Amino acid sequence: MPNYAYILLIPLQPLATFIVLGLFGRKYFKTFSGTIGTVSLLISTIVSFVAAIQYFFVDGKVNGIYQKIIAFKYTWLEFSPNVSIDMGIIVDPISVMMLVVVTFVSLMVHVFSLGYMKGEDRFATYYAFLSLFTFSMLGLILSSNIFQVYIFWELVGVSSFLLIGYYFEKPSAVAASKKAFIVTRFADLGFLIGILLLGFYGGTLDIGILIERLTAVQSPEYTAMAAAGFLGVSALTWALTLVFIGGAGKSAMFPLHIWLPDAMEGPTPVSALIHAATMVVAGVYLVARLFPVFNMDAAALQVVTYTGAFSALLAAVIACTQTDIKRVLAYSTMSQIGYMMFALGVSKYGGEDGLGYMASMFHLFTHAFFKSLLFLGAGAVIHMVHSNDMKDMGGLRKLMPVTHIAFLIACLAIAGIPPFAGFFSKEEILLAAFHSNKLIYGVALFTAALTAFYMFRLYFSIFWSKESTVQSHGEGPLSMKLPLVILAACAVGVGFIPFSSLVTSDGEALETHMDITFSIAPVGLTLIATLLASYLYKKENDKPAKLAASFDGFYQAAHKKFYVDEVYLFITKKIVFPLVGQPIAWVDKYIVDGFMNLLASITAKISALIKGLQSGKVQNYALYFFSGIAALAVLFIYLWK
Amino acid sequence: MMLVDFFILLKQELVITVILFLLLFIKLGKDRTNESLLIIINVLLFLNFVAGFCCCQEGMLFNEMFRTTNLIVLEKNILNLAIWLISLQSYAWLKTHKHLIEFYILLLTTLLGMFFMISSGNLLMFYLGLEMSTIPLAAAANFDLFKRQSSEAAMKLIISSAFSSALLLFGISLLYGTSGTLTFSELTIHLNGAPLQIFSFILLLSGFFFKISAVPFHLWTADVYEGAPVAVTAYLSVVSKAAVLFVFVSVLYTTFKPLANIWYPVLCILSLLTIIVGNLFALRQNNFKRFLAFSSIAQVGFILIGISGSSQEGTASVIYFILIYVFSNLAAFGVVSLVSALTGKENISDFKAFYTTNPLLSWILTIALFSLAGVPPTAGFFGKFFLLIAGAAKGNYILIGVAALNMVISFYYYLRVVKAIFMDDNAEPIAKIKIPAMPKLALYICVAGIVLTGLVSYVYDYIYSLSTGF
Repeated sequence: MPNYAYILLIPLQPLATFIVLGLFGRKYFKTFSGTIGTVSLLISTIVSFVAAIQYFFVDGKVNGIYQKIIAFKYTWLEFSPNVSIDMGIIVDPISVMMLVVVTFVSLMVHVFSLGYMKGEDRFATYYAFLSLFTFSMLGLILSSNIFQVYIFWELVGVSSFLLIGYYFEKPSAVAASKKAFIVTRFADLGFLIGILLLGFYGGTLDIGILIERLTAVQSPEYTAMAAAGFLGVSALTWALTLVFIGGAGKSAMFPLHIWLPDAMEGPTPVSALIHAATMVVAGVYLVARLFPVFNMDAAALQVVTYTGAFSALLAAVIACTQTDIKRVLAYSTMSQIGYMMFALGVSKYGGEDGLGYMASMFHLFTHAFFKSLLFLGAGAVIHMVHSNDMKDMGGLRKLMPVTHIAFLIACLAIAGIPPFAGFFSKEEILLAAFHSNKLIYGVALFTAALTAFYMFRLYFSIFWSKESTVQSHGEGPLSMKLPLVILAACAVGVGFIPFSSLVTSDGEALETHMDITFSIAPVGLTLIATLLASYLYKKENDKPAKLAASFDGFYQAAHKKFYVDEVYLFITKKIVFPLVGQPIAWVDKYIVDGFMNLLASITAKISALIKGLQSGKVQNYALYFFSGIAALAVLFIYLWK
Repeated sequence: MMLVDFFILLKQELVITVILFLLLFIKLGKDRTNESLLIIINVLLFLNFVAGFCCCQEGMLFNEMFRTTNLIVLEKNILNLAIWLISLQSYAWLKTHKHLIEFYILLLTTLLGMFFMISSGNLLMFYLGLEMSTIPLAAAANFDLFKRQSSEAAMKLIISSAFSSALLLFGISLLYGTSGTLTFSELTIHLNGAPLQIFSFILLLSGFFFKISAVPFHLWTADVYEGAPVAVTAYLSVVSKAAVLFVFVSVLYTTFKPLANIWYPVLCILSLLTIIVGNLFALRQNNFKRFLAFSSIAQVGFILIGISGSSQEGTASVIYFILIYVFSNLAAFGVVSLVSALTGKENISDFKAFYTTNPLLSWILTIALFSLAGVPPTAGFFGKFFLLIAGAAKGNYILIGVAALNMVISFYYYLRVVKAIFMDDNAEPIAKIKIPAMPKLALYICVAGIVLTGLVSYVYDYIYSLSTGF
């Protein structure tokens, strides 16, 4: 058995950094704390690369199948003879892949923040929180016990709360961090009950044993769980759906996504870390981790599929109407995670049918790079313009050449234009959807086109559109440019990694074929959407003037683009935006959000209503006391037989 | 039985009694300053806590009137720890109090009562202990001698307890009438579920519910907590609840096991009521003590869920949670009592921008509130989770679901306080407080407890290994 115990070092490194910086940072190394955090994480990153190379290329494979290895296990607490809570480290393709992603993106964010957060008053605190977050996230992906997952899951929530609320002088940041915390807590509730159900029927909290027991159709655990039911749905479906609800909360799936756009109040590098590559994919990771069990239950998988597909579409439509660049990115994240979710949903376990699983993980992997690049690029832009609004931007390509090129590459990657990374992963997802569910495939295809449209709308609005009026103060220090360059290189390169032979549902390499004819539809649609975006947004206020001019030379214009233009303008400006996009944004803002507010106000109302009970008069108290006894007595002597 | 065994079985009660006598002698002797008295008393209480750990032995005395097991010794140790912590924390308040020794005499008398109650093997003994642990407390609640609210609290406490005791005693006598015995071990055999027995059992239960302030027997709690001095409030909400819960678990699991089909649904209904009402009230409180009072009502609801599991895990998780609850609640009360004693401010709105002036106290309070809310990695998280697992063993998922939902609601109001401390503006934040050594020690112990009880698995394993014989 190969030895991977050294992986323990990877999460412990940021934990140590957190403790050191948290306790002594503000006093002793106020300015060095960034360097300390970064160097410490660099070591973690190197170790994870070593682990990845060892696992994927040296000794992870036995008989052509990647093994699940428990690298480290410590029985932390025995709750009862059957149920023990272990602290373990699981090494399998997805955990190793996530290790690389999390440490690498976190390292980039650490480096970027050196420049971006420079001069902040609580610089050391910021790095302490970053380290805490990285630690919790690493702990989450390495967990071998479902309770351990839950502990780190909550820790991730706590540390992201701290990070989003970092600017706690800003009331909006405070409100946002609270909202994120409470909404995800609601979702975690589902997760908690799901864990209790799985633990109760499975008789263990160990993920490996749980999977083993619940995937064998004859096992007593599976039989009991499939037979037991509540409201006509089997306990297995309940448990998995509840676990998925927990995942949907963290991964911002509809209708639990409402916290994500608001969470953009946090520092931008934080968004690059939390809302691009790590925390928001935790839900996808969770489903993937328990995928063999999900595979046993078609109903739960359908919930995953449709929630994912709907979220992908909804978010893409909303993204087209936003003007805050970080919110566009937030919705785009939600949309891309929707892709990952439904890819899992349409997948099966093992062999050729496991394509969706592989595609989902592949997309998670490539998305991490280009999305964090987009966020960091947006951070650089905000750093320059001091505003989040598209209206204040435009023409920045000359002032920020490095950011411009990096951002362009990221846009090409997320739009899925070959040979950039997003193309490969999205292609696999579409293929998986095509083979199992045509409706989902249609939604995915349309969403892909929308993705290209809103991303290039964003790109042109920031970098082209009009002449820049911003007073340039330089593009930022090397520490801000370097991560952009590195991530841009990744956004080009990572698509060529032979992912299908490394990360699959059952560990066996999967043959994939690039089918050129299949790619025509998505790539063609994407290109059209890109061109439309460039046509509309490349130059500011161009269209009305052109339209007016066209009336003079009607003949020349009519054949060329006038007609198309008008139709397009009519459809987008008059129909799509006001009649589709805005209502959806409205529903999102008032109905979904409003429902949450309603819940809060109802709670407050009931609370006010029963205040009368607490009158301060002892004789009343005695009355209630006695009524309580009488009610119990009547209930149990006469009614409960 | 040898005389030595006799003393060893009664050692914790004897130590308390000796301390009580010592206090009386000190009172009669020459005048000492309050500071030196506080040092002496706190050292004595610490020794009392340490003494609880040596020479443990299991056995019965006085015809099963008094029994002790390793678990009971552990429970008494938890109470000893709690009273020591409370005593350390009330340093600032007691330093200037004229009747310091009387206060301790009252508290220790109630503690002695609780010890007898926990060790009782007979309903009469139980009743005696319960009364002994209640009546002196009413006097203690009146110890802010010049505050009307304090007298009101004492009055309400004594009247409500008299009421509940009367009903409890009525229940006991009916039980005696139907079974002919008061000894726990014999009582079990005679329980047959006749209506009169059920009625008397419900009366008995209501006595318990009154003490642990489960809804609808909780109404006295808020008024008493608000009016009483903070130290007494902390004592009421931690020590006296814990003591009754200890007895409750063991009595339900052993003596009243034949009536499980009655008390299981009662527990389910009342635990939900208690959690929901406690939460709804806590949402709107502005007085910090009242807020903690209602939040502790909700915490008791969670404990009841753990009890409903009726298993070894049930006992273990309840005792484990109570230990955590002692640390978390006392950390919160410790900060509040310091602020209240030194500035007289007790409202949550007074704590706005508390962080700007008192960062250390703010962090301690935050950790305590997070533990009460059940946020990892604080111990409260583990405690609540274990209670839910224990409760889930019965397969009643609606109960668990509603309880878990309430965890989120409780989260909201704990977070509201944290937000006030760190994020709200305040023109006149509470001035910087110089923390005296003793309260500081107590707060550090509490924080260490909150962190370590969760992370060091030995604690739970130890409690679990003792929780046999249900």
